[in-house]
Amino acid sequence: MISIQRLDKHFGGVFAVHNCSFTVEENTITSLIGPNGAGKTTLFNLVCGIIKPDGGEVFLRGKDITGLCPHAIARLGISRTFQQARLFRNMSVRDNLRLAKNAGDAELKDILHKVHFPLGLDTRASDLSYGQTRLLELARALLKPHKLLLLDEPTAGVNPHVRQELKKILINLKKEGDTIVLIEHDMEFVMSISDEVIVMAGGAVLTRGTPEEVQSDKRVLEAYLGK
Amino acid sequence: MAFINYLVHLGILVCIYSILTISLNWAVGFTGLLNLGHVGFFGIGAYASALLAMSGVPVWLSLIFGALFAGVFGLLLALPTTRLKGDYLALATLGFAFIMGSVTRNWTGLTRGALGIPGIPKIVHGNYAFLAIVFIIAVVVYFIFFLLSRSRFGKTCEAVRDDELAAKMLGKNTFLHKIWALGISAFFAGLGGGLFAHYITFIDPSIFGLGDLILLFSMLIVGGLASVKGSFIGTAVLLLLPEPLRFIGFPSAILGPMREIIFALILLLILIYKPRGICGKVDLG
Repeated sequence: MISIQRLDKHFGGVFAVHNCSFTVEENTITSLIGPNGAGKTTLFNLVCGIIKPDGGEVFLRGKDITGLCPHAIARLGISRTFQQARLFRNMSVRDNLRLAKNAGDAELKDILHKVHFPLGLDTRASDLSYGQTRLLELARALLKPHKLLLLDEPTAGVNPHVRQELKKILINLKKEGDTIVLIEHDMEFVMSISDEVIVMAGGAVLTRGTPEEVQSDKRVLEAYLGK
Repeated sequence: MAFINYLVHLGILVCIYSILTISLNWAVGFTGLLNLGHVGFFGIGAYASALLAMSGVPVWLSLIFGALFAGVFGLLLALPTTRLKGDYLALATLGFAFIMGSVTRNWTGLTRGALGIPGIPKIVHGNYAFLAIVFIIAVVVYFIFFLLSRSRFGKTCEAVRDDELAAKMLGKNTFLHKIWALGISAFFAGLGGGLFAHYITFIDPSIFGLGDLILLFSMLIVGGLASVKGSFIGTAVLLLLPEPLRFIGFPSAILGPMREIIFALILLLILIYKPRGICGKVDLG
């Protein structure tokens, strides 16, 4: 689905992403983990075209999307959420969702129900709690037509019940054919839903494998806790 | 009779300034482009329409061409400047208005410079008929912007205002939306400028000055950002509220500053008690 090859990005003298390569297969759930500053979010931003890489390429279903405008990449079928939900705060829940897809109220209510969003379509986005903004952003990302879903810490600030629901939602999406890549710090969440876990450290891929393989890799523990 | 003529004059001004405020609101309130160059488009429309009419083009046609001319300038200004954000965009667009003022002051062969252009033909004879015309135009403009605000284009402009990056992530070409938003805003500012020129029948480079810009922004803030109705109300309030001062009998040296004090007072009251403006839907900042 997506292939990242020798991607480089530095800010001043610091390499945020350095010679990073991996591929993600279609119809899988892949988790990106790693300590803070490992370059996970920068990698998402590079894939989405928000920042331009200093070197390397990104391919989406074989098509080179390196250097394309963010909106053009989004139209090719990438949908994403951010660490801090980015909503259209002066607009209603309905308008926020309809910007992703021109859908009727029934479909919008359906997607809100799916993510356990408790409020009505006419609620103003600026009136939502932190957790609710995360849910609405997730609903918007799901609604936007996509092939690849990038989720940046989807469980942060979401209550444990919804977190469990989120697992079901992601597993169902995979069954429906979605490919999902998520950045996550909740290891229980990561290990229970991922087909593959990619561990990043210092801007590059440290190791990758099934949740079991990664959990038994000493280097992963060292990356988090030091030697 | 004189009093009725005075009321008709006020009605005409409210209609013309409504067009200007509503179109300013499209750039600032709906799309989030802090455009301080609005008087530039107003002036371009006024000068272009006046010069065309005086060179023999039918007044109606020159009015439309004046608006189109301003609209094209809006698109051209948007191309380099909408990549700027917030204060930087404000400074660049303000610079544009000043440059336009400078050009009209110094291009004496075309504009007669500081002497201004007198004798601009009227659209119709008689202020009653003109009031009817500007009223109809203002109503049409009001509905155009009302429909735009409900349209997909309008909603996307609002998304750009609230979070441009999130809009891009939904596949919206935010750059194009900003360019069109400023172009549309400039077109209607130019239309307002043309109507103003053909009503007053005289324009000079002071039309590009800060005075009108501050007045327009005051109207915008009092009425409220991202509200078409609010812009109309804000215009009416700020134009009409200081008018009773005329009948108190103050000398004109005091009357001018008194108007400014009233504007400041209204703005302060709005910012303290109703920060979103009378009908505003968007938080300032």
